Amino acid sequence: MLSRTASNLFWMGRHLERAETAARLLDVGQRITLLPNSDAGYRNEWNSLLQASGTSDLFLRKYGEITQENIEEFFFFDRENPSSVVSCVEKAREAGRIVRTALTSQVWDALNVTYQELRRIEKTPRAKLDTATLTDFTTGHTSTVRGAINATQLRNDGWHFIHIGFGLERADATARLLDVKYFVLLPRVEFVGSGLDTYQWMVILRALSAHRAFHWAYGGDITAGGVADFLILNGESPRSLITSLYETVWHLDGLARRYGDDVPATARDRAKLTLDALQERDIDAIFDEGLHEFLSWFIGEIAAVSNQVHQDYFLGGS
Amino acid sequence: MMVHYNEMFEGEAVREPYARLSEWVRTMPEDFRQMKQAEAEALFRRIGITFAVYGEGGDPDRLIPFDMMPRVFEQAEWRRLERGIKQRARALNAFLRDVYGRGEIIRAGRIPARLVYQNDAYEKAVVGVVPPRGVYSHIIGIDLVRTAKDEFFVLEDNCRTPSGVSYMLENREIMMRMFPQLFRKNHIEPVDQYPELLRRTLESVAPAKCQGRPTCVILTPGHFNSAYYEHSFLANLMGLELVEGADLFVDGEFVYMRTTQGPKRVDVIYRRIDDPFLDPLCFRPDSMLGVPGLMDAYRSGGVSICSAPGAGVADDKAIYTFVPEMIRFYLGEEPLLNNVRTWTLWKDDDYRYVMANLPDLVVKEVHGSGGYGMLVGPKAVKEEIETFRKKIEANPSNYIAQPTLALSTCPTFVEEGIAPRHVDLRPFCLCGDRIELVPGGLTRVALREGSLVVNSSQGGGVKDTWVLSE
Repeated sequence: MLSRTASNLFWMGRHLERAETAARLLDVGQRITLLPNSDAGYRNEWNSLLQASGTSDLFLRKYGEITQENIEEFFFFDRENPSSVVSCVEKAREAGRIVRTALTSQVWDALNVTYQELRRIEKTPRAKLDTATLTDFTTGHTSTVRGAINATQLRNDGWHFIHIGFGLERADATARLLDVKYFVLLPRVEFVGSGLDTYQWMVILRALSAHRAFHWAYGGDITAGGVADFLILNGESPRSLITSLYETVWHLDGLARRYGDDVPATARDRAKLTLDALQERDIDAIFDEGLHEFLSWFIGEIAAVSNQVHQDYFLGGS
Repeated sequence: MMVHYNEMFEGEAVREPYARLSEWVRTMPEDFRQMKQAEAEALFRRIGITFAVYGEGGDPDRLIPFDMMPRVFEQAEWRRLERGIKQRARALNAFLRDVYGRGEIIRAGRIPARLVYQNDAYEKAVVGVVPPRGVYSHIIGIDLVRTAKDEFFVLEDNCRTPSGVSYMLENREIMMRMFPQLFRKNHIEPVDQYPELLRRTLESVAPAKCQGRPTCVILTPGHFNSAYYEHSFLANLMGLELVEGADLFVDGEFVYMRTTQGPKRVDVIYRRIDDPFLDPLCFRPDSMLGVPGLMDAYRSGGVSICSAPGAGVADDKAIYTFVPEMIRFYLGEEPLLNNVRTWTLWKDDDYRYVMANLPDLVVKEVHGSGGYGMLVGPKAVKEEIETFRKKIEANPSNYIAQPTLALSTCPTFVEEGIAPRHVDLRPFCLCGDRIELVPGGLTRVALREGSLVVNSSQGGGVKDTWVLSE
């Protein structure tokens, strides 16, 4: 496979995943606008979400106030926001267009329809749109693309590259979101039992579409340890760090087996070491080590794996 | 008043090839037609066939209008065309072999040396290089117009990288999908073997140094190019890699592509970029599209390039006037397809005639294409003619002129129902170890009433083109 093709498939995966992240942030953001702006600072939640997506400065400079219109504009429509749904879908479709020959017609069709529909939505008067329509649109269409990929793509190297893109992006997004809120998850005397901490944990779960799944997995009360465990170490949780990394390793392994010993597999080796290290920990150990320190280490590892993927496969051996 | 040959009707009577279609059109309810038209458009958009027009701005994803009314040829009509097209393709390649070799046709005084050797498209860098099988132009698009039942004229030859074949294939695909019953009633020759034939053609011209089955690729300028859809479409149907310049590199006398498993040798490059951009070391140093060192690899026989660098000299509008002469010279045959009478403005007599008759003529730039930079005398207002006259006076040798042909018309779906519109035809002839032509081609239609310009950049549309089997 051409190195450029592999690179575009990888980035197509990352941008699709990122579009979904934007839609989830949009959902949480608009939920926050429905709450009273108390002294306890529900709205500070909003700022931390912006920080998680690395776009806090841009939002404040361009919009300032948190209103539903601004949030929709920023997370969905804004082309200046590189992480908005429109930006990400455009980039994913562009990458797909460049590698049309590596996609089945069903996948291209799903991707292209997403883009065409998006352009139609852009022309719709904003007053006729509500947030739920926008988030449902995004998660619905990205699921269709994902489904088409899984149902129709050959299980070849291209398929692995798309999924490595999905996996690394997802691991990175979850880790960043946790990192921004790490202090909320630490046991703190003053918050215990107040409505606020529970609410903040809910926001995190919701931002990862995990609030219902959490109850299925753990039952009972939401606790800091429970939330952290669910999002970091729970192998059933689809967005947890361990699941995202495990799937990435699986696909990197697939590539390495396919290509044999002549092609370096430093990305696979690095990702495996990281996964081993993750599997050895339990949540208490992570809290003892320091949640922030742990997450910084993990985000650095994901960036390193991403770099190794580039080194191993995207330079074409010249 | 010119009389235009209507390909479907002779007075009130329907011509034979259209007999079954006529019933279909006559009984088609208006709302059904609109529904199908919308369906066709949705299909095209979903497939992603769109066309970006250079220099016009606007929507980069504009669709080329598709007309659902097919254009039909009888088997016998097509056979005559086919012989003429193949004959022309053989002569054009013989000419290229000759002018990059001994130049017999020039020594014989049949073509002026100046027109060949001082032509911008003549590549001195490949003089003496004979590509595999002596084929320079592997895909030749020959633009034809019709003026009467048995009268076809060649408007121009395209020996470099003719585009449009994806429309030929997709138009058929969409017609078969929307109107299967039509294909059951009419017996229509298939065209979908084209990609397979093209792949075989490319493999048949692999260099002698190639070991095993040749690796062929398509070289595209990239996804911003207006024909990118076609490049990826063909790559997909042939199972070839679609590469950009940066994906290739030259090492020694061979070309390699960068893959996830390291370098892989490439034997045949079907390039969809123009000569000047192929190799920054040999041609334009600022080209970002090409591959440094590619021409050295080509000259040393390490890689084949389709069409070969320099093939463009055969389709120049100034050379065009000599194609009938080439056919006589190289093949010893009489041309089966006619050229359009052409005045070359660097000749004094021709110049005087053209300047005196501008309102009746079509004047074209020698190197122009895509319907740009031309004057259609009968359709132009006085000021336009005078402006154009000044341009000609400034540089006469840059122009040729032709009579305004009475182009045939085909019935076409328009706002008010069905009406005649002017059409042309571009079949795609493949030249490798054999010469192949699929029965069909791209029919372009001028959708504006009375317009003679069929280029998609100027409001033209496309039709499915049928050749009936016997």
